[in-house]
Amino acid sequence: MKKDLLSIDDLTADEIYLILDTTEAMREIGQRPIKKVPTLRGKTIVNLFYEPSTRTRTSFEIAEKRLSADTLNIAVATSSVQKGETLSDTALNIEAMAPDMIVMRHASSGAGHLLSRICRSRIINAGDGMHEHPTQALLDAYTIREHKKQIDGLKVTIVGDLLHSRVLRSNVKLLTKLGAEVWVSGPPTLVPPGIERFGVRVSARIDEAVADADVIMMLRIQQERMQGAFIPSLREYFHTFGMTRARVAKAKPDVIIMHPGPMNRGVEIASDVADGPYSVILEQVANGVSVRMAVLYLLAGGVDVD
Amino acid sequence: MPVVMDAVRIGRSLARIAHEILERNRALEELALVGIRTRGVPLARRIAQSIREINQHEIPTGALDITLYRDDLMRTAVGAQPLIRRTEIPFSIDDRRILLVDDVLYTGRTIRAALDALIEFGRPKAIQLVVLVDRGHRELPIKADYVGKNLPTSPSESVQVHLTEIDGRDEVEILES
Repeated sequence: MKKDLLSIDDLTADEIYLILDTTEAMREIGQRPIKKVPTLRGKTIVNLFYEPSTRTRTSFEIAEKRLSADTLNIAVATSSVQKGETLSDTALNIEAMAPDMIVMRHASSGAGHLLSRICRSRIINAGDGMHEHPTQALLDAYTIREHKKQIDGLKVTIVGDLLHSRVLRSNVKLLTKLGAEVWVSGPPTLVPPGIERFGVRVSARIDEAVADADVIMMLRIQQERMQGAFIPSLREYFHTFGMTRARVAKAKPDVIIMHPGPMNRGVEIASDVADGPYSVILEQVANGVSVRMAVLYLLAGGVDVD
Repeated sequence: MPVVMDAVRIGRSLARIAHEILERNRALEELALVGIRTRGVPLARRIAQSIREINQHEIPTGALDITLYRDDLMRTAVGAQPLIRRTEIPFSIDDRRILLVDDVLYTGRTIRAALDALIEFGRPKAIQLVVLVDRGHRELPIKADYVGKNLPTSPSESVQVHLTEIDGRDEVEILES
């Protein structure tokens, strides 16, 4: 493993499989009466979150605590960032207190790379702007593999706000690396130009994209990142791209429906689909803790020598 | 490479250990076997099989991965982390007599880690240690209750246990490292 986990590009296919296999072992710890192992005792991990997050921050914190690391959370709303400190100054100040790892979420793409250059601590990207969210893609891959036994050869359809989605970028990189056939679908205004170069099939017709899919992954409409009119209205978006039971019926009979959360019910996904029998959305959340334990464990060791 | 135990001797040792376990433990329903990954697991299953053949009693058997409890994790700045595998203990260890099974007893550090790991699953009535080979050179005050073979070795040698379930053959050999 490299020093940091900033992007799926940092991982080889073998390392991805190693993380997924390690996740399997970590998961058992969460089923014990005492959900804790001493592995990261004495390691300090700082969770530096510049954007709101419930799932990811909680998930990392639970994972860190289950591995016995000392953790602290810096929520930017109550920090010196409000007094005008730059990201690199904040990072250098945290670094001066010698943490072992920094888990960061930031609204700017590439913020993790900036930290990686100036910090000795190991950096885990917990979402940087519209760039990547590698641990989300890893937990998605783990969830898919659990249901489908393998990822190679599956048809995975990702629908929604592709343009603003770091989850999309990480998932496309990971799933194509492991041999899945990835389709994406969304309104033309929300399809990043040149996305075909990542090796995905693009279709503006959702029915074509979901036909015979093994996995359907819905992405949230990210209104907070939209400056300008990308969609006519939420109602119309739901009508054209929302995941309804009728659309699910076009996929394989054993399709699984995923969503990275937070969900906008009635916008990208109908409530009866989100809560329905094909939905694995809450399993994704549960698996998130085990995947992050695996990543923390594997990154806490030595650096590869080339 | 001197072979110190062949398939027949390994089989006999495990059968003898099964008899010793039955001799020393009256309350069979209290017993459970826990094998330390990797090679302690098939050894535990074989001992369970022997006991089943002797008196038709089924001893619950589990597998323990001790990697996350090792005292030498995170001590080096280079190299990958050791692989962790699943711990599977599908029964409560509370108030049971646990027979902890490993292939080779050497420094005692693996057993130390296993004791820590096991205690987190509950409070057993007792823990007894079963090893196929005791090669000496303890670094911790740990002693086995059942030993297949005491094997005097020098620290420069290494003892390699091969088991059919994992390695395709049953054999214990000493390697000069």
